[in-house]
Amino acid sequence: MTHAVSRRGVLAGAGALIIAFRLSGAHAQTETGTGGKPSKHGLPGSLDDTPRIDAWIRIDASGAATILTGKAELGQGLKTALLQVAAEELKLPLARLSLITADTARTPNEGYTAASHSMQDSGTAIRHAAAQAREILRDEAARRLGVPATSLQIRNGEVFGPNRMRLGYGELVRDQMLTVDAQQTSHLTSPADFVVMNQPVPRIDIPAKVTGGAAYVQDLRPEGMLHGRVVRPPSYGATLRDCDVAQVEQMGGIVKVVRDGNFLGVLADREWTAIQGMRTLAATTTWIEQQALPDSADLPAALMKLPSHDTTIHDTGNPGEPGILVEGTFSRPYLTHGSIGPSCAIAQFGDGKLTVWTHTQGVFFLRDAIAGMLRMPAENVRCIHAEGSGCYGHNGADDAAADAAMLALAMPGRPVRVQLMREQEHAWDPFGPGMVVKLRATVGGDGAIADWRHEVWSQSHMMRPGPPGALIAARLKADAFPPAPPVALAQPEGGGDRNAIPLYEIPNSKVVSHFLPDMPLRGSSMRSLGGYLNVLSIESVLDELAARSGQDPVTFRLRHIEDPRAREVIETAASRFGWAGRVKRSESTGFGFGFARYKNLEAWCAVAVEIEVPRQSGVVRVRRIVAAVDTGQVVNPDGIRNQIEGGILQSMSWTLFERVTFDRTRVTSVDWSAYPIMRFDSVPESVEVRLIDRPGDAFYGVAEAAQGPAGAAIANAIRDATGVRMYELPFTAARIKRAVAVRSEG
Amino acid sequence: MTTLTINGESRSIKASPDTPLLYVLRDELALNAAKYGCGLGQCGACTVIVDGKAIFSCITPVMLLEGRTITTLEGLGSPDAPGPMQRAFLAEQAAQCGYCIPGMIMRAQALLNRDPHATDESIKGELQPHLCRCGTHMRILRAIRRAAEEMKLKTADARTRR
Amino acid sequence: MKLRSVLLALLVIGAIGGTAALLYAWEAPIPSIDSRSAGAPDRAKARRGASLALLGDCATCHTAPGGLPYAGGLAMPTPFGTIYSTNITPDPETGIGRWSEAAFIRALRSGVDREGRHLYPAFPYDHFTRVSDDDAKAMYAFFMSIDPVRSSAPPNELPFPLNVRLTLAGWKLMFLRQVRFVADSSKDEKWNRGKYLVDGLGHCGACHSPRNLLGAEKASASFEGGEAEGWRAYALGRRSQSPVPWDEAALTDYLARGSHPQHGTAQGPMANVVDNLSLVDSTDVSAMAHYLASLGKGEGRKDVETAPSGPGRLPQAAGIQAATPSIPSDSGGAIYAAVCASCHEGDRALPLGGVRLGLSTAIGGETPANLVNLVVRGIPASTGGSAHPIMPGFGDVLGDRQISDLANYLRTQFAGKSQWDGIGKAVADARVTGELDSATKSKRFGEGP
Ligand code: FES
Ligand code: FES
Repeated sequence: MTHAVSRRGVLAGAGALIIAFRLSGAHAQTETGTGGKPSKHGLPGSLDDTPRIDAWIRIDASGAATILTGKAELGQGLKTALLQVAAEELKLPLARLSLITADTARTPNEGYTAASHSMQDSGTAIRHAAAQAREILRDEAARRLGVPATSLQIRNGEVFGPNRMRLGYGELVRDQMLTVDAQQTSHLTSPADFVVMNQPVPRIDIPAKVTGGAAYVQDLRPEGMLHGRVVRPPSYGATLRDCDVAQVEQMGGIVKVVRDGNFLGVLADREWTAIQGMRTLAATTTWIEQQALPDSADLPAALMKLPSHDTTIHDTGNPGEPGILVEGTFSRPYLTHGSIGPSCAIAQFGDGKLTVWTHTQGVFFLRDAIAGMLRMPAENVRCIHAEGSGCYGHNGADDAAADAAMLALAMPGRPVRVQLMREQEHAWDPFGPGMVVKLRATVGGDGAIADWRHEVWSQSHMMRPGPPGALIAARLKADAFPPAPPVALAQPEGGGDRNAIPLYEIPNSKVVSHFLPDMPLRGSSMRSLGGYLNVLSIESVLDELAARSGQDPVTFRLRHIEDPRAREVIETAASRFGWAGRVKRSESTGFGFGFARYKNLEAWCAVAVEIEVPRQSGVVRVRRIVAAVDTGQVVNPDGIRNQIEGGILQSMSWTLFERVTFDRTRVTSVDWSAYPIMRFDSVPESVEVRLIDRPGDAFYGVAEAAQGPAGAAIANAIRDATGVRMYELPFTAARIKRAVAVRSEG
Repeated sequence: MTTLTINGESRSIKASPDTPLLYVLRDELALNAAKYGCGLGQCGACTVIVDGKAIFSCITPVMLLEGRTITTLEGLGSPDAPGPMQRAFLAEQAAQCGYCIPGMIMRAQALLNRDPHATDESIKGELQPHLCRCGTHMRILRAIRRAAEEMKLKTADARTRR
Repeated sequence: MKLRSVLLALLVIGAIGGTAALLYAWEAPIPSIDSRSAGAPDRAKARRGASLALLGDCATCHTAPGGLPYAGGLAMPTPFGTIYSTNITPDPETGIGRWSEAAFIRALRSGVDREGRHLYPAFPYDHFTRVSDDDAKAMYAFFMSIDPVRSSAPPNELPFPLNVRLTLAGWKLMFLRQVRFVADSSKDEKWNRGKYLVDGLGHCGACHSPRNLLGAEKASASFEGGEAEGWRAYALGRRSQSPVPWDEAALTDYLARGSHPQHGTAQGPMANVVDNLSLVDSTDVSAMAHYLASLGKGEGRKDVETAPSGPGRLPQAAGIQAATPSIPSDSGGAIYAAVCASCHEGDRALPLGGVRLGLSTAIGGETPANLVNLVVRGIPASTGGSAHPIMPGFGDVLGDRQISDLANYLRTQFAGKSQWDGIGKAVADARVTGELDSATKSKRFGEGP
């Protein structure tokens, strides 16, 4: 059974199918880099930018299909989910589908794989394109068999007609058949008929990853490959005074030493030789450095003092209502993406053309940036996505690609592989920016929130390439490009102010975003952007208001929210957790709750936690976590659970442990001893994720939905266990212990 | 020239004696599983088994390994015939980006070989040197538990059949 | 504390102890109290007690790995069996909730619990006798103010006659001197405060002094170096073997921060001590350093490079490791070059960087125990997510012979001294204590509070 679904959304054949896709409400520049313009063709998802069906789906004479996406697998299970969508709508077994991901020479340009947009951009496009391709094939079969299309059935890539007539896709397909623009209307499969969608299909990328297959760009070994390593300056803005290239060139196995301005690299036949060459070169190099960093001991104050562009992003009622007042200044330090595998790329230059294998999140933007950096025409640069270690945003991937490109240019004809060293990844990461949120709210005599004022200070969360100056190598080479100008991502998706506008019904509220164009440390996109701190702050204050007015935190939230989907995730998490009947096991037990709708536009997520924090140690031990998530139509339930579990644990790590450290000159958190993240001693005893089933609904971005609510729930649980409200992240044992001691003195 | 026994095969290695095993595996023998993560013994991504013990290959020069038995993830099974630990990771879908997983599997394998009855606590304690940034920890623990159960069943089975 | 010797001593005494000792040995129980009926805690007093508890290092023994502070249950493996530390939170059933102040003070200073049972001298009451009444009361106030935790330590696993606590009375008769601290009026207040803390609560001598055959500290050889849990506690004062002589400033830094650029980072049991000291009032730490400095200085070595590592010195290039030097032909030197040099010559600042080996007392010191422990076990990542140096252990990679070769190479190369005596035994010991340590750790690891 299929259903015609129009752009405007609602159509219910037999009442089963509700909404096919939704218009993104966001027309400002978004983190994926593709927003900012009104719809061109009125087509769903990325079809609007790339309407041709064969840009997404190709069917060959054997009847097998190749799916093309401009998005990339980042360990989030994207490939499997997209294939599920395509298989479902094409009515082909999964095994007969293959997938090509982001490649500037082959796939549609879908901007960055970021901001949990992939399913709604690419998934939606592929779903509609696949449904339309299926219809085209069916119509062709009807024409050939001389029967009405409605009399035909499709199963397993074959069209069945009356009298045992059947034609396979391979027989039906002709050149150019899919070289047509998509229609505004698709006949999508009803959820009731799903065979592969909404199923926990095992991810196709995992077998190679657990058996040592070639799963990553790190594992590629093209014929004749050289190993490159770069020497990074010791600090931002350092300039090279002196280095001994000759000494390194004389080392056995070193093929070449490259110097271009402040850019230094070595090339060798073997990886270990390249590393030895890099270290030797580093030891002979002297730099001129400046003390340009703020005092890390008081980063929040330093940030609030920077010049800012202020925007009121939300203003209702007349803030200033009296009541029980709660206020606090919340802050988070710079955080590093911390990919377990340092960034890596392979580049090859020949005949004026450059090819780069990279785990960037945006092959097209990277292509433009590299072409700009090398002053080459963009059409002579090709970027092909190959998987890397998880990146969680804009990490060193693009920089490694630029390094590889620089070195490949010095060695035409030979593929050059560059992997960053651990300390380079850590020191030069485009960090998740440090931020401050100041919140002030009151609860009135009726127990309802009367007044709300939220201010957020943050630098840009969007310094991805596009402009060459976003790449480290481009800033270092002799004909340097200046750092890219800071971009303030605007509402409704927002950047530093993502999720700053409370979703709760509050009569008088005002939200101000202080955008800081000057950046003390290099920063860019990291999972959930400002959403993490904004949600943590909002939910902390909400909790505090509930406590001060003697109300249960969950009831208090429900009292202030009408959105039925928000209510449902809150109620589901609370009831699965046993919130109402919760009993403290000991004096150090704490319970906490957190909720947010990611970007106020995407998936809804509520998290309840139980922790233990002995006041005498301040060490937080997480016992139990229950999350409820509504992400619209589910494609792969196990994939979503995996993402949410991961998001929760990563958020725990940010919340409890993480902080980039620096002195006045250099970043000092250059490895895992200086920048601890969660290890197995701190993992929760159990994590449960409940998905709300929304058959027929659109896809809502889910990958980053847990970050804010999980951090908030932990913050609230710490308060519940110890009586202290923590404001300055990370909430380390030492800080909690100190806060408890200060409180017990007061 | 060093001779190493890797996954049951004897291999002659040209690399200089100070070369860490990691680079020999990846560069010279084209084995993908052991991963560079930190080169400092801080993350576990490069873990392999030498004479039954899980070690960091990134800081172990090949000159120390002559005549010793080295097992990498490739030695536990292949995509077509995964070993029990690999099957357990597949069954639990215990990976996100997966970069940390080979190291995790190797240490878990070494632990279960030594102590098939390892408790949840000792599994966690054993994995303390390993980092996962994706937050796959819960699944990794489940997978190891599952592998332990399966291995126990197999031994019990073998015993009853005897 | 050198448990093995203590227990050996008990065995001897237990065998010879006759009924005559019983009279001396008998201690009366002290009536229990209802802690809930106690008035509001004196916060200032409890806070002072908290600091004293840190100075006394109480949590180190009274906390199981992964367990709650002061809830006890730490397994202390000995060749004769295992003993477990007790719960000293104010839980009435399993902790000290029914203990009166007098009962607490008797336990602290005389090693007798509320019921009148003698406590094993793993509990250093031979030092705590010096604690003043005021301080003992403040500590009591602190322990009664913390959250009670219900947790019983497993029963000790000791064979007869060691499990008969009366035998302990014999040991006490011979070695326990009930002395309170008396200030030396010829010295200043800081010195006296330091001595009071070092000899009393701090019980530094428990590890840093040698013990006699019966496991008691040799009074005549105070601070001449001792042993703790398989680690060497180096000689302090004139007998110190540190390549750079310790001065008061360095001691203060080291005790407060756990590392010093010219001395390295605290490891083994000392790591817990400095963790605790980092939280106490800095005037107490500097008083301890002041007193310890008054014990005199070792000779040090003239030829070591003492300039601090880190920014300003070698690779400015944000690298933290050095290229491997060329590999010499001798086994120990080759291992050093291929395994150790990249970090230890990387010149990254302490505490996270590798210490410059010429400055290491582990290499220049009295015994190879610490060096070998470090090579075998490394420095594991911290639990609980704080920034902390990490050094991989090489015990599973290096054979006994290789470790000995390496230790001897380091000794001759970096300390300019002749090869270690008894290095083979040191390696064997390090493997045993390493195993025991990780066995007890993983047994309790990850268990919730
Ligand atoms: S790469 Fe070997 S431990 Fe990190
Ligand atoms: S799965 Fe990505 S680091 Fe573990």
